[in-house]
Amino acid sequence: MEAVYHYDGSFEGFLCCIFDIYQYKEIPAAIECGGEKAFTLFASRTVETDRSHSARVLRKVSACAPGAGKLLWHGFLTCLPEKELHLYYFVAKLLRDGPAFLQDRSDKTLYPVVRAVQHLHGEVHLLKGFVRFSELGGVLGGEIEPKNRVLPLLKSHFCARYQNERFFLYDRTHKEALFYAGGHAVIQPLEHFQMAPPDEAEARYRILWKRFYDTIAIKERYNPRCRMTNMPKRYWNTMTEFQDEDYFKPQTHPEDAAIPAAPAARFVPGTRQEPGPSAPGSDP
Amino acid sequence: MDTLEKLTILTAAAKYDAACTSSGAKRSPKKGAIGSTSSAPAGCCHSFSSDGRCVTLLKVLLTNRCIYDCKYCVNRRSNDAKRAAFTPEELADLTISFYRRNYVEGLFLSSGVFRSPDDTTELMIKTLALLRERYRFNGYIHAKAIPGASPELIERLGFLADRLSVNIELPSEAGLKRLAPDKSKHSILTPMRQIQCRNRQSREELVKYRHAPRFAPAGQSTQLIVGATADTDFHILRLSQGLYDRYQLKRVFYSAYIPVVEHALLPAKDVKPPLLREHRLYQADWLLRFYGFRAEELLDESHPDFDTRVDPKCSWALAHLDFFPVEINTADYEALLRIPGVGVTSAKRILSARRVGPLHTNQLQKLGVVMKRAQYFLTASGRMADGLHFTPDSLLRGLIAAEKPLLPEPDFEQLSLFDPVTA
Ligand code: SF4
Repeated sequence: MEAVYHYDGSFEGFLCCIFDIYQYKEIPAAIECGGEKAFTLFASRTVETDRSHSARVLRKVSACAPGAGKLLWHGFLTCLPEKELHLYYFVAKLLRDGPAFLQDRSDKTLYPVVRAVQHLHGEVHLLKGFVRFSELGGVLGGEIEPKNRVLPLLKSHFCARYQNERFFLYDRTHKEALFYAGGHAVIQPLEHFQMAPPDEAEARYRILWKRFYDTIAIKERYNPRCRMTNMPKRYWNTMTEFQDEDYFKPQTHPEDAAIPAAPAARFVPGTRQEPGPSAPGSDP
Repeated sequence: MDTLEKLTILTAAAKYDAACTSSGAKRSPKKGAIGSTSSAPAGCCHSFSSDGRCVTLLKVLLTNRCIYDCKYCVNRRSNDAKRAAFTPEELADLTISFYRRNYVEGLFLSSGVFRSPDDTTELMIKTLALLRERYRFNGYIHAKAIPGASPELIERLGFLADRLSVNIELPSEAGLKRLAPDKSKHSILTPMRQIQCRNRQSREELVKYRHAPRFAPAGQSTQLIVGATADTDFHILRLSQGLYDRYQLKRVFYSAYIPVVEHALLPAKDVKPPLLREHRLYQADWLLRFYGFRAEELLDESHPDFDTRVDPKCSWALAHLDFFPVEINTADYEALLRIPGVGVTSAKRILSARRVGPLHTNQLQKLGVVMKRAQYFLTASGRMADGLHFTPDSLLRGLIAAEKPLLPEPDFEQLSLFDPVTA
């Protein structure tokens, strides 16, 4: 019997879908989250997220092959269309045939997943460089528009880089933000966010950077195509060097210069709870 | 002069240096310090300038005042250019502020020779010490060792920087004599040797004492200017090979000469920088470092320059057709690496995948093989790619067409595309 599975959008929730599919010995027609449940001819199942179930699935997958649990988690962070089904097929094959096919990247089930994960890792790598922070009221803040859910994978990099800072990074695409203060990091949903305009000092560094960027290019080597290949245009939107004039003007009335208070106020150093997917292997 | 103007002058004066990577250094985060360099082994590009080059470090000169008169250089004494100098405080503040905003991975500090090599190096040390000690900066620093500076000062510099470099610039001693009369092969190679020995010694000490200070842990690099002198590709590549073999350099950078000055001994000002040639040298350099090629396999006295039409690996393959086709189900790693279109990653994937079962040509693209190039040179289970027919002539045309969209000088390339094959 085929059924459509609905879950809460979390990694644990997705693992629970796999748990239930095995439990009911069903074939999933689709695995979905959020939004209205569309009318289908298939049976519809709403999966409750049960951490003991998700932990069992993850343990089982991780026991099949080193790296399989991580691949599953990273696969879940990608923007692969119908990623849940692809990942389910991956798990089903792993449990049925054993891990040998993991050696062969061209395998029909594995290939779409590793391709998507490679795209995710590529985006993470680029963003480690392309993220731009502004300092406002002693807090560093930045925004990105990634295709994949990169924040969980950017977390350790930026926390190490800015160990003694307070910072946040807002993901406009997935409407969530990474907050870091006092040695603790959380990723939380955040529906709206608007960056405050710069103060004098911040505007000055933006201008200095823009000038450096414009000056370092050698005009005899002008090659916009090469720049575009290395740094696709979709990243430019959140990068200092490509903003228009207003971005470089300081806020003239200090009393208006509200700090990007929304996120800054959310800093709750000391509370260490993480709603995002936990790292595989670190079973709760 | 305000910081913005200084930054403009001292960036423009530094931009011709090709090296801008943060690779090869691991600095794990330290308590109370700012930054780390533990990201990807390939380094981290923070932007790309409009010439397509990666921007990783705040690359500036401490000053563009110079007592030397290297003919090819915008900063030479006899050039009528506006001069500026950062104070160590100014530069440290810029570095930290850029680093915190994630504009850069660190600082690349070079300088004109101000008063003397020792005076210049002391100023550089002062700046780096300020960054490392007062600001507790734990990011990447690449510093230029000035030829002629005393060994004690270079030693200090090396304990503050992740990477040191001494630029050779001109690939032959004759070139140096004519165009950089204040420098000599000796004054360049002496600090290189010192850096190499000190770096090795420091790594040995680290094995014994975990907290021994680290001397230029990311090693050293250099830069060669291509096209300012008459040196051939063969000469340049053999020089690089020697530097990798004998000085354990991490990287040699190649910089197409851009005529910035009118001088009887240099190419005229309207000569275009030889970007394609530079590109071929980088490709060949890659073959030396990761593919097990030797310079003598790629070029020789009778073919001293690279074919502009195809990349060095294809060029080698065309001259060694008896080596092909390579059977990918049985060939060893070294043989796989010789196939045009197969790289280090795809060769490893082939080795891994063929353990699961025999491979067919239609799987190879998914393993990362560039079939447009590779198809002519391999078989899978004894068979070539389906429907592939070619003659030596169409083979060459196919290879040229496969690379064309990737070349830095598409216009230039069109001219030579239909040259007779004997070129
Ligand atoms: S010593 Fe360096 S800065 Fe001075 S002229 Fe020569 S290359 Fe230029």
